[in-house]
Amino acid sequence: MNAERVIEIKSLNKFFGDFQVLTNVDLSVSLGERIVICGPSGSGKSTLIRCVNGLEQFESGQIRVDGISLNDPGGVDRVRSEVGMVFQQFNLFPHLTVLENLTLGPMKARGLSRKAADALAMQLLERVRIPEQAHKRPRDLSGGQQQRVAIARSLCMKPKIMLFDEPTSALDPEMISEVLDVMVELAEDGMTMLVVTHEMGFARKVADRMVFMDGGEIVETGTPSAVFEAPKSQRFKDFLDKILQH
Amino acid sequence: MTRGVKLWALLAGMLLLAGCSGTGNWGWYVIDPSTPQGQSNVKFLIGGFWATIQLSLIAAALSMTIGLLVALPGMSANRWIRLPSRVYIEFVRAIPLLPMLFWVFYGLPVVMRSLGFPITIDAFWGAIITLAISDSAFTAEIYRSGIQSIPKGQTEAARTVGLTYSQTMRYVVLPQAIRRILPPLANQFIYIVKMSAFASVIGMQELTRRANELVVTEYRPLEIYTLLILEYLVLVLIISFFVRWLERKMGADESR
Ligand SMILES: Nc1ncnc2c1ncn2[C@@H]1O[C@H](COP(=O)(O)OP(=O)(O)O)[C@@H](O)[C@H]1O
Ligand SMILES: [Mg+2]
Repeated sequence: MNAERVIEIKSLNKFFGDFQVLTNVDLSVSLGERIVICGPSGSGKSTLIRCVNGLEQFESGQIRVDGISLNDPGGVDRVRSEVGMVFQQFNLFPHLTVLENLTLGPMKARGLSRKAADALAMQLLERVRIPEQAHKRPRDLSGGQQQRVAIARSLCMKPKIMLFDEPTSALDPEMISEVLDVMVELAEDGMTMLVVTHEMGFARKVADRMVFMDGGEIVETGTPSAVFEAPKSQRFKDFLDKILQH
Repeated sequence: MTRGVKLWALLAGMLLLAGCSGTGNWGWYVIDPSTPQGQSNVKFLIGGFWATIQLSLIAAALSMTIGLLVALPGMSANRWIRLPSRVYIEFVRAIPLLPMLFWVFYGLPVVMRSLGFPITIDAFWGAIITLAISDSAFTAEIYRSGIQSIPKGQTEAARTVGLTYSQTMRYVVLPQAIRRILPPLANQFIYIVKMSAFASVIGMQELTRRANELVVTEYRPLEIYTLLILEYLVLVLIISFFVRWLERKMGADESR
């Protein structure tokens, strides 16, 4: 792949106190590429993608996002405006309406007028198919609807890259597909995506590349068809056996 | 609340009754509004209300501002930014109000003069500065616990939609924290009102000072100080009524 590298992570090491969470992580992502990251709980998946938008600092290594180095002072602020993030717990702003959740960033960080921001927000709410909820509070929505609002909120900033940290793990089973459908559409529109998830059906459908992490390291990467057919490492094989069982 | 009022009214009534019965050595005439002397005495005492209220309000406003400015760096991830805030809070909390008042009123002008800022501090501002600083350590802690009660995910989400630190505070964290901050902050205002009595010792003409001055000329401490206590009681009851109302309102908002 010789497309433009939008994310470049080089020998990344990160510690929480004495505990090494990430060890020598290398990963580059091309524009429009969809990466699914999986691995056991505690393997450092969240920490890795949180490093990409500067929610976590790191001790050594290099991260460049869209040509901007996170090692540079002020780099974090510029990177954040390029990168959207969707959290497991949605993290919607409970004191604001759905519409206000979406318009806050565009108005305060981008300086859009209320009118322009409202128009943009409504457009994105339609894209995630909940325009009728615009004037409700987040807590009056179902989990699946809340997560779609969270996706729309990120998209309002017109990010180049979207990070998803187990976006469906906190959802009731019957709501998972409505969120995944939105994510599939996003992938079809060419968004660069880094998705931490154990939804292997989704991975098979949209992932260009699977990344398997264990113990703070990237153990294996490969296309979904390759790794599902024949994972190279025993650890990945065991992991897949476990999660594909049910 | 209304029970509290009734109890105090009863107590005050009993005292008055005892005074009028003539069995004890009472002299309610000093504050009896039906006599010209009593009326002018009561007017003189009540005349301190405005100064006490003014003192308390300005000190509270300053304390709330200083408290926020101390609390915010106190929550930084960087310990060198956190440190001054911690030191300020521990230091200020350790100083008793009265010595601090003396130091500010008599000592601070000397310090300022030697630094090349010749200022005079009158009783009014001396009291305000002292009350504000002494109270700010507590308001800082109120802000801190209120802000820390907001989940970290809120800040993270705000930062990922491009808000700066101060925008995150202003539009996301503080509006949510305010319902946990306002009631204890209003409660803290009661503390300021009561502590403002110390301003009397540096000559501030507020409620307590006026009572003291009247006692010196009338020799009727019991009656005058009783009225003084009732004056504070009225003030504090009004504020705590407001605090209850605020707590109810904030609680209702939260469960909505
Ligand atoms: N803020 C933190 N402080 C200390 N340890 C942490 C912190 N966040 C995560 N960890 C630890 O780092 C490891 C990796 O965490 P995480 O990246 O959340 O894993 P995953 O997302 O793969 O489940 C875990 O062992 C976790 O306990
Ligand atoms: Mg995780």
